[in-house]
Amino acid sequence: MNAFQFALRLLRRDWRAGELRLLASALVIAVASVTSVGFFTDRIERAMARQASEVLAADLRIESNRPLPEILVAEAERLKLPYARTLSFPSVILHRDTTQLVQVKAVSQGYPLRGQMRVRDSVDGEDREAVTVPASGEVWLEERLLPLLNITLGDSIKLGKRSFKVARIITYEPDRSANLFRLAPRLMVPTGDIGETGLLGPASRVRHYLLLAGPPSLMDDYRRWAEALDIGGVEVEDIRSARPELRSALDQGGRFLRLAAATAILLCMVAVALSSRRFVERQSDSSALIRCLGASRREVVQIFIVRLLGLGLIASLIGVLAGLGVQTLLIRLVGHWFSSQIPAPTAWPLVSGMITGILVLIGFSLPSIIRLGAVPPLRVFRRHLDAPPISYLLFLAAALLSLSILLIWQIGDDKMALRLIGGLLAGLAILLLISRMLVYLLAPLRNLTAGSWRYGLASLSRNPATTSIQLTGFGLGFTVLLLLAIVRVDLLASWQGALPDDSPNQFLINIQPQEVDAVDALLAQGGIKTNGLFPMIRGRLVSIDGNPVSRDNYENPRAQRLATRDFNISHATQPQSDNKIVSGNWWTETQLHEAWFSVEQGLAETLGIPLGAELEFEIAGSRVKGRVENLRTVEWDSFNVNFFVIGTPGLLGARPATYITSFYLPKEKRRLLHTLVQRFPSITALDVTALMTQVRTIMDRGALAVESVFLFTLAAGLVLLYAGIQASHELKAQETAVLRTLGVKRSVLLLSTLLEFALLGGLAGLVSAALASAISYSLAHAVFNLPWQLDLSMWFSALLFGALCVGIAGTLASRTLLNTPPLVTMRKI
Amino acid sequence: MLQTSSNQHPVTASGLVKFVETSAGRIDILQRIDLTVSPGEAVAILGASGSGKSTLLGLLAGLDEASSGEVRLFGTSLGDLDEDGRAALRAGKVGFVFQSFQLLSGMTALENVMLPLELAGERGAEAAAKAALTAAGLSQRLHHYPSQLSGGEQQRVALARAFAPDPQVLFADEPTANLDAHTGETVADLLFSLQEQSDTVLILVTHDEMLARRCDRRLYLRDGVLENGA
Ligand SMILES: Nc1ncnc2c1ncn2[C@@H]1O[C@H](COP(=O)(O)OP(=O)(O)OP(=O)(O)O)[C@@H](O)[C@H]1O
Ligand SMILES: [Mg+2]
Repeated sequence: MNAFQFALRLLRRDWRAGELRLLASALVIAVASVTSVGFFTDRIERAMARQASEVLAADLRIESNRPLPEILVAEAERLKLPYARTLSFPSVILHRDTTQLVQVKAVSQGYPLRGQMRVRDSVDGEDREAVTVPASGEVWLEERLLPLLNITLGDSIKLGKRSFKVARIITYEPDRSANLFRLAPRLMVPTGDIGETGLLGPASRVRHYLLLAGPPSLMDDYRRWAEALDIGGVEVEDIRSARPELRSALDQGGRFLRLAAATAILLCMVAVALSSRRFVERQSDSSALIRCLGASRREVVQIFIVRLLGLGLIASLIGVLAGLGVQTLLIRLVGHWFSSQIPAPTAWPLVSGMITGILVLIGFSLPSIIRLGAVPPLRVFRRHLDAPPISYLLFLAAALLSLSILLIWQIGDDKMALRLIGGLLAGLAILLLISRMLVYLLAPLRNLTAGSWRYGLASLSRNPATTSIQLTGFGLGFTVLLLLAIVRVDLLASWQGALPDDSPNQFLINIQPQEVDAVDALLAQGGIKTNGLFPMIRGRLVSIDGNPVSRDNYENPRAQRLATRDFNISHATQPQSDNKIVSGNWWTETQLHEAWFSVEQGLAETLGIPLGAELEFEIAGSRVKGRVENLRTVEWDSFNVNFFVIGTPGLLGARPATYITSFYLPKEKRRLLHTLVQRFPSITALDVTALMTQVRTIMDRGALAVESVFLFTLAAGLVLLYAGIQASHELKAQETAVLRTLGVKRSVLLLSTLLEFALLGGLAGLVSAALASAISYSLAHAVFNLPWQLDLSMWFSALLFGALCVGIAGTLASRTLLNTPPLVTMRKI
Repeated sequence: MLQTSSNQHPVTASGLVKFVETSAGRIDILQRIDLTVSPGEAVAILGASGSGKSTLLGLLAGLDEASSGEVRLFGTSLGDLDEDGRAALRAGKVGFVFQSFQLLSGMTALENVMLPLELAGERGAEAAAKAALTAAGLSQRLHHYPSQLSGGEQQRVALARAFAPDPQVLFADEPTANLDAHTGETVADLLFSLQEQSDTVLILVTHDEMLARRCDRRLYLRDGVLENGA
């Protein structure tokens, strides 16, 4: 006998007869949702990353203190990657009798590769997107340079040895450094003209950049290739390394999207598990009959496996195609949220959708199929004879194996996947235990009740296996959905909280000590709240543990830069509210006189400063020594005033300092700023509104993406609901027919069905609220770095929601049973 | 020597005993059964409900294992075979008809009849199945599902399925018990006419005296023992 051919023939018949309809549709929808969430998250994640890469003006940026080796450009050309070069260096402009420090940036054709530059053609014109870079002989500049040099558009200025015409005002530059203390205004020229200025002498402090853009895989390849070259003094940066304040938002967003995809998979698994169990259960007769007619146990198993695999392939294929369609629709709906174009889909979600479908099917139905082989052929005479129940361990092992493979693979983050798997396993155990208890508790209860209650409770306790399967299925499904909902709310709250509307948009620096009180009073008078004025001392790091600090000690350009640059150091009795001490301790009231420093963790890593190291700074000509007493993290995206290095008041209090403050300045109070600058001419005011808008936009887009993906997984939950309710369909049909022949009224049966399902759903809701709270607690701490709060109102809503959803859906699904004559139902069983 | 004798006897049982252990104690179903069936013979086994008729049929067909004693099917002792070995022995040579029809609900009448032929890997399964159904007077119902057929029609499909592979032995367990008298009669007519045409051994279990009379031999199962005649 050719078991394979035979199985395929059976599959064709099942298909036509509708035997496989439920399983097939669960699988199709499941695969479709996994695929479309996969596609969607993949594309949205890349769009988010692309939006974020605007702050680099590229996907990848290579930076060096020396001219970049040509091989880097040659490789970009070989890979047909769009690229642009920029140079940046400080210079001084001499115009008539004024001198002004400027930060020159030379840009090549194509800049910026990501995001856009905005310019104005006249002082009071509207700003617009700059579609080109400055033409040869032209400079573009920041508006504040005009009064400083006392020039206007159309005038000529000299940069080095070459004259340029002042052509446009730059209003927005995507990759403008996030360094607030870069005070020198921008002057932009085309790279072609820079040679003629004669400013690129060997001693000049020029930074060379190569900007690259392209698909992530190519970027990764290029990055690896470039890093392998190991060219000294060259740093390869992407958005994550370049702008740490955006990194956490991006990472969280990415993790959420992957959690959403995993949720869709889990929902689909439970739905497939429920419906494949039902399919297999209905196959006991055919297994017995085939054995009776002479097939061996192995052949029977073979026949069913081929049949199910065939189904898996076909359904998964339909599923991925449907998924492709749905995601196209989704992207059409949300694509316009992103300023950049949404990247094209990759083929990967198609493949992963297929694999997911088949893996889920095998993982959850293989044990039941093996059991089919054990149906005794004698069943043809004795209907009640069936295969011994599947070993729970075998079932769990197969399910767990496929679940783990899928989750670890799809989430791509072991820590998160393992926590999720652990939580779900615990959840499974709890749900099974509760369903056992439920059956015991209900049995006596049903004798105390009457009418609909009695039938409803009876139905639950009479079929313990089905009850526990439904409770577990609904419970696990609700758990993952709730979990996703909790993480979603926390994530959005944290993103919104990261930059509240009144977060500081103005910095005042260079406030002289004798002006502090007056500035404070003036701001208070104007109704402006600051977080205080902080002393700021300029100092250069001279040695770490007695070893002199020099740029030659470091390979990495950022470290080199930091090593040679003046630091802004402060002294304080308390750390800023957004700082977290990660090692060591902050000083107490009695330790204020100690010679101690507190160093920001990232800086400590870059420069190689361990806790307890002895640091020596040169401050205004004298040396200050102290020990690193603690390391702390800083939320740079809070836009609060923060310092890399803070000393005790005892160590630094007597050093010459200027003061700095930040605050939120509403639009209508801008006049206050003018008054302030007029009264205290030495103070510099810095407006960071544009920078904040940039960060906010990225987070807002992320939030929208999160919302839409969440809605989509909700749809996957509906499939589960359907499969769960179908799990008891045969039993219900039988019971209803018997009860109706016995003369029980339809209305009583309808109500009892409602009660039965509502009880199941409510219980599943309540248990899953507890489970989801526990898992989200673990994820919030270890994976998302989000605050976590116990929300008991959520438990109540889950109970209500579960009862309503399952109750109504279950009743609707059973309604047809009540409307068809009992005889017809009986014949179909 | 044994070979030749069993070749003449497709089904033999000697000293067959069957009991089951339950939580309520041991139930002795068959005490000591000796039976020899000759080629082409139709044997009826009669007995009250619960007397062990179905149990005996299951043992003879190799669907169940005896507690002691021996069953030989086509000369091979079933005690020496495992379940798969017994299944292989049945393949293509044994047919069944049951009281509760055992048609697969997901297949049409034609497909149900094709099932044993396909399982045996026979070519032309569809033509053979169509012929069998036509012989059963169901040429108009080929593509109907069991739920669309009456009880008598379903049982006729079951007969067509049993005879289509041209089995050497047919086991029938109360094939007419679920049918009204008239329909039972038609099904019985069909059963015996097919049996005569194909010269198949028929082992028929029933408690219907009328049906049993149409067989070559009648045996009564009482208190776990087979007795001849009335
Ligand atoms: N596995 C078993 N466990 C317990 N009792 C069994 C088992 N198999 C058979 N019996 C008992 O053995 C007796 C004979 O059963 P069997 O089905 O062979 O009777 P039968 O003659 O076919 O009856 P009917 O005419 O009602 O079909 C019955 O009393 C039955 O309860
Ligand atoms: Mg019987």
